[in-house]
Parts: sequence; structure tokens; C-alpha cells
Amino acid sequence: MERSSARLWRKIRARYNLVGNECQSCKSEYFPPRPICKKCGKKTEMAVKKFAGNGEVYSFTKIRVPPDTFREEAPYYVGVIKLEEGPMVEGHILDDGREIKIGTKVRAAFRRMYVEGDEGLIHYQFKFEPI
Amino acid sequence: MRDVAIVGVGLTKFGERWEAGLKELMSEAWLSAMEDANISRDDVDMLFAGTMASGRFTGQEHVAALIADQLGFSNVPAVRVENACASGGTALRQGYITVASGIHDIVVVGGVEKMTDVTSAEASTALGGAGDQEWELFQGITFPGLYAMMAKRHMHDFGTTEEQMAAVSVKNHENATKNPYAQFRKKMTISDIMESKMVADPLKLLDCSPLSDGAAALVLAPLEIARKLNDTPIKILASTHATDTLRLAERETLTGVKAARIAGEAAFRHAKLTPKDINVAEVHDCFTIAEIMAMEDLGFYKKGEAAKAIAAGETALNSKLSVITSGGLKGCGHPVGATGVKQAVEITWQLRGEAKDRQVTKADIGLTHNVGGSGSTAVVHIFGRTN
Repeated sequence: MERSSARLWRKIRARYNLVGNECQSCKSEYFPPRPICKKCGKKTEMAVKKFAGNGEVYSFTKIRVPPDTFREEAPYYVGVIKLEEGPMVEGHILDDGREIKIGTKVRAAFRRMYVEGDEGLIHYQFKFEPI
Repeated sequence: MRDVAIVGVGLTKFGERWEAGLKELMSEAWLSAMEDANISRDDVDMLFAGTMASGRFTGQEHVAALIADQLGFSNVPAVRVENACASGGTALRQGYITVASGIHDIVVVGGVEKMTDVTSAEASTALGGAGDQEWELFQGITFPGLYAMMAKRHMHDFGTTEEQMAAVSVKNHENATKNPYAQFRKKMTISDIMESKMVADPLKLLDCSPLSDGAAALVLAPLEIARKLNDTPIKILASTHATDTLRLAERETLTGVKAARIAGEAAFRHAKLTPKDINVAEVHDCFTIAEIMAMEDLGFYKKGEAAKAIAAGETALNSKLSVITSGGLKGCGHPVGATGVKQAVEITWQLRGEAKDRQVTKADIGLTHNVGGSGSTAVVHIFGRTN
């Protein structure tokens, strides 16, 4: 389904740069950013936090029946990645022919996600590549 | 707070119901529940209708007023309830709260989904809305994909095997052969499941619940009125509900559903019962791994021990604990908004002794467990006989 570009541009900072936030009171880190610290449960100062993008595969699967938007990419790996800073992130894992396992070390890389229709928007975002 | 009982149940056949639209499915279930309760439209004080994505599937929103209109009710309040795949269970809980509070006496609670008029890709996108649109569906992570990642981690941490997951599907298909309302009335073997097409490793097609059309309905009444309407009112002993993060990655654990654990513990506490007291349970088997986690989350088994026990037959019909006598989401079908209500319909039949070929010999206490998303909502009910 095609969507307005504004909907996607709103998230560009987080998607392009792996930017979340950090509670200045308890130092809990979040990706994607949260409006309120889940641990403190009240309004605290939330500062922008850029994650380095290094982590390891906590769990993963290979999607063989994709949604329409990813028809051209399937089959593809997705995973829950545990970043070295702590938060867990869901995303694509690039398939370079190597076996993916729980514990495989990965790093975030800026990549093309998918193209909307024949002449539509090209969506970019971080994906994780095995190191 | 008043005691609340189920005094009538209604169910449509689940499956690909090409001849029936949303209205026909709802009318069939609601009318049979009212007939079963021996009430007329003038007795009904309020309606709840659970549906996850009627707009995405059929273009029709505003379904609670629609069902009130279809049944010729004159101006009763009617509310739609949406909590993804737990829409039905949540509708039941809202009905329970309404009757228990004393605001209304006779409340009809139903659930419906008409899923097979769209392509499976469209259905998959609609169901994907149960997760986080921006950080899960946008990433190409499908619903089977989320449960596949839970399964992968469960296998890694506890040694759960694909054959054990397949055994869940075999059991539920076996029970579905005994249920005339079921979508699939066909026995399956472990190798049928293992050889079915891979959807998201390690989950195969026959580890996954299908797309279905169907509706289910219940009539609720305060217990003192229920006894006048019906010889076999089924009392709601507990009705609990908990939530957790929409995103799978932010959960405390991937190998269980914390919301279900919290709702389950609260339900047993409210009912003053323990898992050992349950005779029959309908748990949310949207994927085979989901039933394994449910049995652990609800305290029927210790963490990591349910898969082995299910594969050994401990939860087959009329074994130690009969789990999913209806055939479940896997065998009976999963019209998402109807599922949570249908689970309570099955338990009502079991506790009344009306489940025919699939009747559990000793059925005094039953439980339902309905999950929305990959575990963002969980609703648990415990039911008991009153005679």
C-alpha cells in the first residue's frame, strides 16, 4: 500500500541514524525513542542517544512469505538484535551467504529497504550485516 | 460487584464462508446465543462486538450499531471492541464488567471476522497491524515472523524441537475432527506438519492458524437472574487482562508472554484456584509455539517443560488436562475477532456436558486464554459450573 511520504520522513532521524533516547535520571536507553522513561514512569529529561550499531543476534527467522512491499526481497532474514549498549532492535539481517545463528555479531549499515511501486519512493533504513 | 453467568451461546461454522458476509455471520451467532438463552430482543440491555479489522477486511466499520440494527434492537447501546486477536476476549471482559457493576443486566457479547474476501497478502498486512506498524511491519516482519523469532529463542534456551511443535498441531487437528463447527476436520500427522511449506523458519504452514470467517456470541446475566433463565448457567469465576509492549524486541523475554503470565496469576488469585483445578482449557494457539508458551505462562508447566509434555500426550482430549477440545485456532479456525468469544462458547458447552464427541468426562472448571499481537494483550477467564 502506498503511503504519504510525510509518514516516513517523520522517522528519518531514528531510521537513518539509529537514534533513540536516554533518560537523564536513571540512564535507561531506548530505541526507538520513547516519550517517557518506562523505568521511571514519570516525566524525566530524555536526551537524544545515538547507538553505535554494534550488536549480536538474539533471535532471528527467514521470512519466506513476505508482505507485498517486500515481494522482491524475499526470502530474507530478520532478527531481534541486542545492541552492545543494551536495547533490543528488530530489523533486517543482510544475507551474504554466511550462516546466521543466535549470537552472530552484526553491525548496522545504511541500506535500501524497498521501492514503492514502479516509480515510487525508495525507502532506506539501517539493516544489520554479519561481521 | 455481582456474580456474572453465561446463559446462552451461539457459534457459526468457521471456515471459508463465501455465501455469508459480515452481517450474516454476526446475525447467525447472535441469534443462536439469544435463542439458547431463551431471551428476546426486548430483554437485551447492551451489546458488545469484538472485531479486529472489519474495515480492512470488508470496508465495514461501526459493527456494533450494525448488529443492533440487524437484530432489530430498538436503540440499545452497542460498543465495538478492538484489541487485535484478543478483541473477542476483551469484549467478553467488557460485558462481564458491565453486568458485574450493576449498570446493565442482560448483555450480549459477540465477536466476528470476515477474512476471506481479500487476498492473503492483504489479510497479512491487516493482521500485521497488531504489531508495531513503524518498527515491525515496515521492516517486513510478518506475524508468523514474530512468533518464529519467539520459537527460535525457545528452541535455543530450552531445547524445544520442531517435532514437538508439530505435535501441538496434530493434537488440535485431531480434536477438530470431532467439532462440526471446525474449518479443518482432517487428521494430520507429524510428517504432514514437518513437510508443509516453510513460512518463517522454524514455523511451517501447518504450524500456523488459517484465515477464517466466523462469528461467536454469548449472553451474560447476573447470576440471580441467570438461574431463572437457564438450568445450567456457567459462572465467570475470574476475568483478567494485562498488556505489554507492542514491539516484541522490548519485552522482558521472547520465550513467554509476560502479559499472559500476569493475567493468568491474577485469574487464579481471583478465582481462589490453582492450575491443578482446571479440567479443560482453550488457549490461544495462533502458532504451535504459542500453545507451548501459553501452557508455561499459565503455570500448567514449568518453563521449558510444556513442549515435551504436549508431545507425550498429556494435554490430549480426556488425558491429564484436556487442552483445546474445539480444535483451536489451528484446527477450528481463527476469525480473529470471534476467537476469544468462541473459546468461551466451547468451555460453556464442555461445562454443560454438551460437547458431544469431544466431551471431557470431568468438566467442572474451565479456562480461556486469548492473546493479541505477539503478546501485547492477554485476557484470561475462568469458568465454573453452578450445579
